[in-house]
Amino acid sequence: MNAELRSVKTSAEQAFTQAYQAAKGKLPGDRKVVALREAAAARFDALGLPHRRVEEWKYTDLRALMREALPIAGPPDAAGLARAKNAGRLAGDIDARRIVFVDGRFAAELSDLADLSAGLSIRPMAQALAGGDPLVADRLGKVVPADREGVVALNTALMGDGAVIHVAKGATLERPIHLVFAATGQTPASVFTRSLVVIEQGARAMLVESHEAGAGHQVNTALELVVGEGAHVDHIKITSGPDDLVHVSSMMASIGANARFNDFAFNIGGGVVRNQTFVRFDGEGTLAGLRGASLLNGKQHVDSSMLVDHKAGGCQSREVFATVLDDESRGVFQGKIVVRQHAQKTDARMMTRALLLSDEAEADNKPELEIFADDVQCGHGATSGALDEGLKFYLMARGIPETEAEALLVQAFVGEAIEGIEHAGLRDALMEQVVGWLRSRGS
Amino acid sequence: MPMLEVKNLHVTVDGKQILNGLDLTVNKGEVHAIMGPNGSGKSTLAYVMAGKPGYEATKGQILLDGADILAMQPDERAAKGVFLAFQYPLEIPGVATMTFLRTALNAQRKQRGQTELSTPEFLKLVREAAGKLEIDIEMLRRGVNVGFSGGEKKRNEILQMALLQPRLCVLDETDSGLDIDALKIVSDGVNRLRSPDRSMVVITHYQRLLDHIVPDVVHVLSRGRIVKTGGKELAHELEAKGYAAYQDEAALAS
Repeated sequence: MNAELRSVKTSAEQAFTQAYQAAKGKLPGDRKVVALREAAAARFDALGLPHRRVEEWKYTDLRALMREALPIAGPPDAAGLARAKNAGRLAGDIDARRIVFVDGRFAAELSDLADLSAGLSIRPMAQALAGGDPLVADRLGKVVPADREGVVALNTALMGDGAVIHVAKGATLERPIHLVFAATGQTPASVFTRSLVVIEQGARAMLVESHEAGAGHQVNTALELVVGEGAHVDHIKITSGPDDLVHVSSMMASIGANARFNDFAFNIGGGVVRNQTFVRFDGEGTLAGLRGASLLNGKQHVDSSMLVDHKAGGCQSREVFATVLDDESRGVFQGKIVVRQHAQKTDARMMTRALLLSDEAEADNKPELEIFADDVQCGHGATSGALDEGLKFYLMARGIPETEAEALLVQAFVGEAIEGIEHAGLRDALMEQVVGWLRSRGS
Repeated sequence: MPMLEVKNLHVTVDGKQILNGLDLTVNKGEVHAIMGPNGSGKSTLAYVMAGKPGYEATKGQILLDGADILAMQPDERAAKGVFLAFQYPLEIPGVATMTFLRTALNAQRKQRGQTELSTPEFLKLVREAAGKLEIDIEMLRRGVNVGFSGGEKKRNEILQMALLQPRLCVLDETDSGLDIDALKIVSDGVNRLRSPDRSMVVITHYQRLLDHIVPDVVHVLSRGRIVKTGGKELAHELEAKGYAAYQDEAALAS
């Protein structure tokens, strides 16, 4: 007999399992991929959707928040593609190579795959899965296996399309790659996208992900990222969408020695958003920054959770998150830093700050340190509070009206995190989004 | 002609009575000094004029050009020409001083129905004003007062005053934390702004500032009201004898 008590499956969990059974014959992939999907489906069957008794999901009870599973989105029609034309505009007009996915499928007509520079290869995931792409065979599902995550298992079982990007040793990408994920269907649906990005030794690349979706969608997206030794990689993810969007995102990254990795997550929409990040340091001498800014209003729930695994010593990690909460919104930050026994000289710091603009808003911060080495520097800090009345008075005493004074202070608060983005154009574009958000708040 | 008339002003802070029927009249173009011991209500007077939340006027009036400003928000008062130079200027990380100055200047112009300044016009004004106060323009690209020394913060207050061209300047302990050179720069900055159309209320504990900013009238504040008014020589008398006599006087009167 199984001693483990397993509660009855919810209808959403059952529906996902059924959806997999119904779709598996049509999902892209060769024999190896089928085996990967089967194993993942079995894992999902065992784990189910995460709920509040799963410590990592304590504040985001996805099982309760996702009462039903929506049918998997079908291919977009011409109107859907037309609607996706302007997707990704939150990133501003940065000069980037756009690769667009609509309703979970690669949209060739909206994407720019021409004149790939030497050392750069980009393929749609569906093609790579079907064609037995060696990179996919080698790496997919293996970068940082998040085996305890039901949502990752579900993604692996049902993954449709996404980007497979390879940047060869020593190559430098002059232009950022902008992966645009748009769910434009007019009937609410679920979308499962999966990407694999491998940046080889000494290469330099910047990757921007924009996610937006129409009403009622459920998005489950995952990215596996390999940053090679001495590589320098920037990754910026922008998430927006309507109040009834459920967006679950998992990033699994392995970072080699002497690398630079700058990650930034910007959240400015969506009903329930979970950004979970699993980063593992596999070589010494690496500097990594995981940063983010979220602007929440209405009843939005945004959860940024990360596991930073210092497997190798001598690395520096910095987490800086700023969340602005208005109305009845709820912001969650969970950050866990693990320093393994031999990872000496680790320098890891985590800071999360919440600015509450309303009495009804709630911020939950849960920093955790698990340190097994004895020669390390680790720290974490968390603050949450209202706007500083003293600063507001100082600004108003100079003639700045109250709403404008508040806006300036919020911009300053968020700006500190956004400053961490190296790309000036993107920085400006995101600050513009902040200003727009504040303006709509005032009206 | 009076620019500022404070009449029978009673102010409580956290339920505690700080000002007890303060009367003060400052004519156009005059500089008045308010001196008094610690706890006499000097800073409270400064804050209540600027409209700081939590400083509640329970009785009395503050008239600027005959109109009561007590019901106005701090920004409205600023647009009417009230300026408070803070004793402890606040640091605002993330808001560049330039942005702050420009936002303030344009907000006031807007409230007065004037057009916004163009970038070159604004920069010209700032460069001029900053130059006179020996403020490095590069410093103004940093967050407001972030990493500024005490003296630099005070100079930054006077820079704001010079740019905003207020009609009524209230200087709260502007000399505190200044060495003699900084005191000179700051006082010169204030003196340049003296004009027949502008009045000043200079709040200070020590007479030293008044050697540089010479007042027309000196008041002694004790226990929340003005207990003596005189000419600039009163400041010297206070410096020599201290405030003890006036504290007793206020105690007897209350």
